[in-house]
Formats: sequence, C-alpha cells, structure tokens
Amino acid sequence: MNPKPILTLATAGIALGAFALGMIPVAAATPDAKSAQVKRGEYLSKIMGCNDCHTPFHMTPRGPEPDMSRMLSGHPQDLVIKTPPKAPGEPWMMTTSATNTAWAGPWGVSFTANLTPDPETGLGKWTKETFIAAIRNGKHEGQGRPILPPMPWPMYRNATDEDLGALFAYLQSIPAVKNRVPQPLEPAGAE
Amino acid sequence: MNARRRTRNAALAIIAPALGIALIALGAQVGPDGDATASLDPAGHLVTSTENLPRRLSDTGLYQANGEVDPLNVPFAPQYPLWTDGASKRRWVRLPKGATIDATDIDAWRFPKGTTFWKEFAWEGRKVETRMIRRGDDGAWSFATYVWNDEQTDATLAPEAGIPDAFTLPASVSGTKVRKHSIPGTADCLSCHASNPSVAIGFDALQLSDDRDPGAPHAESLPPGAVTLKRLITEGRLLPARKELLASPPRIRADDPIARSARGYLSANCGSCHNAKGPLARLGFSFKEGVGKGAAPSPIAAHSRYLVPGVAAESSFVLVAGAPEHSAALYRMKSRRPASQMPPLGTSVADTAGVALVTRWVRGMDASTDRMAVGTKP
Repeated sequence: MNPKPILTLATAGIALGAFALGMIPVAAATPDAKSAQVKRGEYLSKIMGCNDCHTPFHMTPRGPEPDMSRMLSGHPQDLVIKTPPKAPGEPWMMTTSATNTAWAGPWGVSFTANLTPDPETGLGKWTKETFIAAIRNGKHEGQGRPILPPMPWPMYRNATDEDLGALFAYLQSIPAVKNRVPQPLEPAGAE
Repeated sequence: MNARRRTRNAALAIIAPALGIALIALGAQVGPDGDATASLDPAGHLVTSTENLPRRLSDTGLYQANGEVDPLNVPFAPQYPLWTDGASKRRWVRLPKGATIDATDIDAWRFPKGTTFWKEFAWEGRKVETRMIRRGDDGAWSFATYVWNDEQTDATLAPEAGIPDAFTLPASVSGTKVRKHSIPGTADCLSCHASNPSVAIGFDALQLSDDRDPGAPHAESLPPGAVTLKRLITEGRLLPARKELLASPPRIRADDPIARSARGYLSANCGSCHNAKGPLARLGFSFKEGVGKGAAPSPIAAHSRYLVPGVAAESSFVLVAGAPEHSAALYRMKSRRPASQMPPLGTSVADTAGVALVTRWVRGMDASTDRMAVGTKP
C-alpha cells in the first residue's frame, strides 16, 4: 500500500483542524503584519525628521549628529536650562541648543519630548488614540496645553490614521530611555 | 510698542496659527483631505462634523418664529458652573417627546437620539456665542457654536476651526488688561466633552441636584421652569428612576462647606478631563465627583509632573494639604499663559473667586479629618 495518500490526508487533516481553531491565521499573519506596521513607522520616523529634534545631537568627526544611543529620548534631563537666552533681535526669532532639543523663541523655551516607551518619562502609558489626538489637535496629551513651536504638527496632522498608528507602534517598539524632559519655560515678562 | 508687548504679540503670532488649526474632531473622522465622516472619539462617543447643521441659530429649533425660546426647550442651571471669563450663561435642553435618559450608570448618562443642548454666552448683556450639542438620529453627536451678529438678531455657525480672539472682554472682567474671548473649534469642544463620563458636562445627577450648594463660586439661581434632577425623576425621564435620589438628593459629602464647594468647583472645572474614566486617568488622579459608588483616585498629595516653578520635584503635588504654594493645580489655575494655564482652553482671565476658594480649602485642609486629604505638608 502506498502511504503517500495517507500522509497527505493526515497533513490535510491537521491543517484543516488548525484552520478551524483559527491557529493558522494567527500564527502566520499577525507577526508579519505587526512588523510591517513597525517597519512603516520606522520609515516614517526617519523621513519625517523625528530624530532631528527628539534625539540629542552630539559632536562627531563628521560634525553634529543625532546621538543614537539616546534615540528619540528628547531633551536630556542633565542639560539643565533655567533661563531663556537673550533674544537675538529682528529679523531673528529662534535660538536652539547645540543638542537641537531646546528651542527658545517668543513662546518661551520648549524642550523636545521623550518619545520612547518609558512608562514614567516617555510615551509608555499613552494609547494610539492619544498619540493621534496630540498630532491632530496640536495639544499636549491630545487635549491639554498647545504643543509649542517648532513641532510641525500643523503639517503632520495631515498624516493618515494608519501612518500615525504605524509611527506610534514603532515608537512603542524602540528601547525605553528614562529621561525626564523639563516642562516649557514661560517667556520673560509673561503674565 | 514696548519690547514686552512686542514679544507677547510675536508669541501670539507664532502660537495663534497652531491654535487656529483646530480640526474637525479627534481621531479617525478626519481624513488627510479634511473629509469628515462619523467615527469614534477616544471616549467611545460617536461624533460627526458640523457639515449638516443649520447655518443659523434661528434654524436649530432653539427659538420660535417670534424670537422667543421654544417652550419645548427647557432651561437648566448646573449648581457648579464652569468659569468662562465671567460670561453670563443661559442653557436649555430638548429631550425628544417621551424619550428617556439611560442612567444605568448614574454618573455617565446616555442621552436619547434627538437630544439637543444649547448654551448662550453673554457679557454685559451682549450675546457673543451660543454653543449647541446635538445627538442625531444616527446616534452621532455634533458640536457647534453660533456667533451672534452685532444687531443681536441671529447667530451664524462658526467655522469648525473656531475663531481666535473673536471678542474683547469688557473691562469689568479683564481690568486694565486687554483680554479676548475665543470661539472654540470642534476639537476644543471635544477636548473636554469627549473625555467626560457623559457628553453633557453640566447636566448630570450632581449638577442638577435639588440640594444646591450655596457656596459654589458664581452660583446661579434656577431660572423659571428649570429642570432639576427631581423633575427628571418624577416625570419619568430617567431610567432606572433612582427614586432614592428624591429623598436624598446628590450632594458632595464633605466635612465642611468650604470643602464641599471647592470639590464641586474642581469637579465642574477640571473633572471633565481629569477623571478616572477618560484618557487622562493614566495621570493617576481625578477631580470628578460622582453620585455612584466607587472612589476615584484623589488629586490630594498626588505627585505632579508639572512642577511649580521654584519647587523641588519631590515637593510638587497636584494639591497638597496645608501648602497651596506647593500645589501645581493652583499655580496653573492662576496662570493664563498658554503653556501653563488650567483649564488649558476656554478662558483668558483667571477665576479669582475659584482660586481663592481652592486656596482656602487647601490651606486649611486637615490631613487627618478630610477623607480626601491623605497628603501632608511637605
């Protein structure tokens, strides 16, 4: 007797059983889909320039570059800035730190946020919905104070939910960095 | 123009466009081209754009042909009003005939399709805007506001992005400073209404209680014919009826009148965002007072991520017994600078009465007796 048909049938039976239990789609599709989303988010983070402000710059033989050991962790907490710089005067408006993470202007001083998934100092407790609301509405935490310049949310808000969701999935997948970014400094003379 | 004024104007010029790009609504209902379709906001309420709403307030059903408010629209007045730069407000609700409010969760009412709320904002007798929240036949909520004309004869639907600095507040409110009232965009509406347990913030069991707090800042007397919780229950508009609330109307159970009023004030002015059910629950504290069982995490002695300037991180709390100067909430309630003010939108003048009340409560708070006061003076 030729065993081949029996094996084939057995294989088919296992496959059918697994399919009936929903095992095949779960086992085969989900990891790939997830990683595709994270990859999309990584791609978007690079072309949208997230690292340009949210990863502190350091000096290298090639000039200033993002310090990827602190990737997307925002303004370094150990670089303490207590007062805004002297205003440069017209036509100049903004001043930035060498790290490219602290920005002074008429709004005061803004510090770039920690986008890593650290639960206490980063986005670890955020949901995708909060992230999308923050970018769409330009509001801190999605519903609070205005997100300050120079964060280009008025342009990023045009991204699709799918792309913002991918970006969030990527940000949640990167190494968490514990770095408490200071709150903004108010402008001098503000009431 | 002095340097300080120039700097502030420049700051506004930078921030204003960002504020102005308030969009149609949170989340998925706005596509990349600004196309609006119904979708779910973070709190799970279905919301839509203002696209299909009447262009004029006079076409929304608020008024009769003779200009009088339609008697089908019933006035109400929450016992703890929201501070809006001293605006005097009138509010009405229309519930469809025979329809009932689902109060299965007494602190998160679900309103029937066709429910409409209106709220009129006026200063010194001049009507500025009338906001409207309506639940459509598809179950989706619309948020809109209508801006009154100079003749005070009608109001026009505001753009979905709102109108920054639309109205200069009278000196009776702003003093010697120039302060302006902004017409909110739909995203601004959702900032508070979508994270409140119920879409309507000023229309719940506590706010409509017949046991009204006489010490509430800016307390309003009930307008003639106003609907209260008692009336909703006796007229069968609330299901389940919760008749026990007739004998014992909802009331904040506090040890003294100051604590009661302060907690009511904070619940109404802060609790729509800072509650235990919305997206900001992850911050770990709540200002929202409720009628049902279940204690929310207290703002007292909760460490604040926002640091009061000049106060060390370990000594900075949301609110802390005996130490208003260490209480970030109070610092932010006093501020009207964009990066620090609380609430973050809706007002441009701090509420001195509200600040004074909360300061008095916090200063006199005895950590050993008040049930919410678990903190100690740092």
